[in-house]
Amino acid sequence: MYRTAITEAMSEEMERDERVFVIGEDVDLFGGVYKTTRGLVEKFGPKRVRGTPISEAAFFGLAVGAAMTGLRPIVEIMYMDFALVGMDQLVNQAAKIHYMSGGQVKIPLVVRGQFGVGTAEAAQHSQHLESWFVHTPGFKVVMPATAYDAKGLLKFAIRDDNPVIYLENRVLYLRKEEVPDGEWLVPLGSADVKREGTDFTVVATSNAVHKSSEAAQRLASEISVEVIDPRTLDPLDLATILKSIKKTGHLLVVQEGVVGASFGAEVVRQVTQDGFSYLRRAPLVLGARDVPVPFSPVLEKAFVPQVDDIIQAIRMMLGPGAPASD
Amino acid sequence: MLLIRRFEEKVKKLYNGGRVVGAIHLYIGQEAVAVGVCQALKKQDYVFSTHRGHGHAIAKGCDLGRMMAELMGRETGLSRGHGGSMHLFDPSRGLMGGNGIVGGGIPLALGAAFSAQYRGTDQVAVAFFSDGAANQGVFAESLNLAALFKLPVIFVCENNRYAATTPVKLSCAREAIAERAEAYGVPAATVDGNEVAAVHEVAVNAVRRARGGDGPFYIECKTYRVEPHCGIIPDDREKGEREAWRTKDPVAIFRTRLTAEKVITPAAIEVMEKEIAGRLEKAVEFAEQSPWPDPKSARHKSCLV
Repeated sequence: MYRTAITEAMSEEMERDERVFVIGEDVDLFGGVYKTTRGLVEKFGPKRVRGTPISEAAFFGLAVGAAMTGLRPIVEIMYMDFALVGMDQLVNQAAKIHYMSGGQVKIPLVVRGQFGVGTAEAAQHSQHLESWFVHTPGFKVVMPATAYDAKGLLKFAIRDDNPVIYLENRVLYLRKEEVPDGEWLVPLGSADVKREGTDFTVVATSNAVHKSSEAAQRLASEISVEVIDPRTLDPLDLATILKSIKKTGHLLVVQEGVVGASFGAEVVRQVTQDGFSYLRRAPLVLGARDVPVPFSPVLEKAFVPQVDDIIQAIRMMLGPGAPASD
Repeated sequence: MLLIRRFEEKVKKLYNGGRVVGAIHLYIGQEAVAVGVCQALKKQDYVFSTHRGHGHAIAKGCDLGRMMAELMGRETGLSRGHGGSMHLFDPSRGLMGGNGIVGGGIPLALGAAFSAQYRGTDQVAVAFFSDGAANQGVFAESLNLAALFKLPVIFVCENNRYAATTPVKLSCAREAIAERAEAYGVPAATVDGNEVAAVHEVAVNAVRRARGGDGPFYIECKTYRVEPHCGIIPDDREKGEREAWRTKDPVAIFRTRLTAEKVITPAAIEVMEKEIAGRLEKAVEFAEQSPWPDPKSARHKSCLV
């Protein structure tokens, strides 16, 4: 399960390295609001699993200072939206200190938190903030869609020597999948082809990976769709994406964050710049509408692309009505 | 103290001549705070400095040439020309950087203190900040967290009477900032920040408590920022305010005391002045003869892993 994969990754890394500790609101006795730290305080004690007051700026800063002086903190943000309260400590401190110090100080820090569209938690408990972090130099940004990736990427992120923002989608927490026995790591900056295809490339992140895969499955008899999950938004594995587009000539990016100045828009920029000649049609980004996340389940569903929207977009891009570039 | 004063005077001159660039915040008038506190620390204790941090760096024993080189943006600078005046880093001496965000370094100091507690060392961490930073939310959050976790951190408020250009009476509803610390359960002391011996005595006590596991301490140092907030842009002061300060100049006070108590002779101070002037000349020479960073390294994130 996606959620337990995250807990296991932390547990294994804490066993491996005693400098690793977890800090955040309700992470100790309660086990985290979504139970991602369940069992850790019992196993590692309150010294290494530290609950905090609701003071994001202070405990983010504490984690950064601890990372500067020999520890390897994992900060849990109860809801990613709350990160905005302490953004100075993330953007002005965590992301910049390594560079500003001329490389002398390392910040081995993982900041992980959850968000998600589809649980009716409204505009201040749901939003996608990945594009903000991608835009900030000094962060690596990870967004796993599967349990396998969630565990492998988190273990790798904890071993990274500078800040990693690790974004969990709560609608995936209870998603079950088969995972191998034993230990595995997924390196940052490696995309994964989640479904192979020859006619059309979809690059999707987080929950949109599953929606896109379902769309691809439903189109399978008529269009062979390749679905790529970058897994790490920054650094981006552009080579895997370009290789696919070279084969298919088409790119649709699907995300649940708003489109303007977003990660998806950035993928299109990079592909246009480095792979323009491969493209047979103008690429498209499908994402959330340009409003805060609405509350009512009806509105929330209409806010982000659904499987039918993805199918429609692919058909539109391949259809006779679409402007051809060749 | 004298070294800090002369360093800052030199920087001011170089800045006016365009040889030092960027945002320069001079420490003149506050020297007794940095010296009084840092003399109570060991090399491995952590200091989190501010945008006005040259004094903290010198008091922590940083190399003058490398400091000057950083102020001039050279490759040999303390932060290899990547930080500048506000971001002097020298972890080998416990200097964990200045900060361009007022109050931004306070929770970082908590982290270093947490780290020392976690690793079981007897290190302490000092957060320098000002009356201006005391009005940031993160200051209140940090006091609470430090008391809650009983962290070996020392909050040093340099109440220099000005938050940028706004006088403290117009920025603090109650000026006794120490009361805020006490409200969160952090014991506090208020001292004359222009009396180095007084600052030192309180700091020694705070450090002893922190090392002994008794948790955080807050020191409010009443001092005065002589220079404008930044660079040479003049700011308004009440009539006679700067003149009144001159009678409280921390360097002059200490000099008078040392000579009156015959700890040092005026002649010996003259020798010291000459020696300092020579060291500063050498620092400037080192900086100006140092290479610039390779421009390509900015684009290539050369020091990012």
